[in-house]
Amino acid sequence: MERNLIDSQIKGVSTGTTILAVTFNGGVIIGSDSRASIGGYYVSSKTINKLIQVHDRIFCCIAGSLADAQAVTKAAKFQISFHSIQMESPPLVKAAASVLKELCYNNKEELQAGFITAGWDRKKGPQVYTVALGGMLLSQPFTIGGSGSTYIYGYADAKYKPDMSKEECLQFATNALALAMGRDNVSGGVAHLVVITEEGVEHIVIPGDKLPKFHDE
Amino acid sequence: KMLDDSLEPGWLSEEVKTGTTIIAIEFDGGVVLGSDSRVSAGETVVNRVMNKLSLLHDKIYCALSGSAADAQTIAEMVNYQLDVHSIEVGEDPQVRSAATLVKNISYKYKEELSAHLIVAGWDKRGGGQVYVTLNGLLSRQPFAVGGSGSSYVYGFVDAEYRKAMSKEDCQQFVVNTLSLAMSRDGSSGGVAYLVTIDEKGAEEKCILGNELPTFYDQ
Repeated sequence: MERNLIDSQIKGVSTGTTILAVTFNGGVIIGSDSRASIGGYYVSSKTINKLIQVHDRIFCCIAGSLADAQAVTKAAKFQISFHSIQMESPPLVKAAASVLKELCYNNKEELQAGFITAGWDRKKGPQVYTVALGGMLLSQPFTIGGSGSTYIYGYADAKYKPDMSKEECLQFATNALALAMGRDNVSGGVAHLVVITEEGVEHIVIPGDKLPKFHDE
Repeated sequence: KMLDDSLEPGWLSEEVKTGTTIIAIEFDGGVVLGSDSRVSAGETVVNRVMNKLSLLHDKIYCALSGSAADAQTIAEMVNYQLDVHSIEVGEDPQVRSAATLVKNISYKYKEELSAHLIVAGWDKRGGGQVYVTLNGLLSRQPFAVGGSGSSYVYGFVDAEYRKAMSKEDCQQFVVNTLSLAMSRDGSSGGVAYLVTIDEKGAEEKCILGNELPTFYDQ
C-alpha cells in the first residue's frame, strides 16, 4: 500500500493528517482531523486544531511538521495583518496564500510543511489555494491534502460537483474526512470544519462517534 | 523522481511491475473482477494492453498485481495445481481451494516474491466468493481492491459499497472504481478489463479508455 511518504518520514511531531477545503455556492468549507502523531506510532495529541485563522475571513490548515507549520503561520498572520492595515481593507485570499507561498518557497530546504488556504473576499468570493511542499501555489475549486488524502482522491473526484449548496458541501466534506480517518492510521480524533461566507465564520466540531459510518462499521 | 541522466532507457534496467489497480466484488450468484492494463518498467510503459485477470479454472480467476513475473508465475503454478486437484476430486474445485494454493506459495516464498493476487470465482458450495492473499494471509471479503492505484480509491469504495448489489450494479461499481484509480495513479491506465463469473460460466469484457466513465474534471 502506497503512503504519502513525505508525511510519514517527518521526525518529531508531525500532523500526519487529512485536510481539505471545498468551495460551494456562496462560501467555502475548510476541514481537518485532529490527530498529531510522532513517528506514526504515538498519538501526541487527540484534539489539536489544525485550522488557523489568519484573518477575519481567511483560514489555513497545515500538514506536515507541526513546528514548521506553527512558525510559518505565525509569521504569515503578522504579515497579512500588516498588509491589511496598509491597504486599509481586508486582505485578498490570494494575498494570504501568496504570503505563505513566499515563506515556503524561500525556505524550501528547511521546511517540511504544506498548506491549504481558503477564504472569502469581496473581489473573487470564495476561493481555495494550495501551497505544496516546495512552494508551488495553485488555485482550485477544492483540494485535499495530508497523508490521509491519498485514500479519498477517488471519492473526491467522483463526488465533487461545482456550485453545491452549503448542506451538500458540509456532507461532502464530513464524508471525505470520515473516510480518510477510517483508513489512515495517523489521522483521527474529531473532525473540525469551518464554514466561511460573506456573513461570517462558523466553526463546527464533529466528535468521532458522530461521524458518518460506512458499510463495514 | 530525479531527472534521469543515464543514456539508457529505463526499461532496460528497471524491474517490470504491473503497477496496477485490481478489484473483485461478490454479488448473490457470482463475482465481478476488474483490472487496468498498464505494465511499467520504471517510468516506461512496456505494455499498455495487458490483461491482468488470469484464469485459474473455468469459474475461478485471479487478479495480478506487483511484480509482473512473480504474479504470472504464481498464477501459472496454481493453474496447474488446480487442474491436477480437480481431476483427483472429480469435480470443479472450490474457490477457497484455489485461494489456499495461492496463499501457500505467497506465504512460503514471502521473502522472495512481491506479488499480490486477489482470487475470485463461483462454486456450487459457496456461490460467489472473493479472497485476498496479501503477504500470505487468506481472508474472505465481500470485496477487495489491490495494487498501487487502490490507495486512491479506498475512500470511494468504502462510501459506495452496499450489501446485496445486483450483478449490473457490481459491474458499474468496478468500472467507476477503476476509472477513478486510473486517472490518479501513474502506474495504472490503459483499458479496463472485466470478468463476470456466475453459475453459467465466465464472461470477459474489455472497456476502452475513451468509453470509461468520466468525472467532473475530465
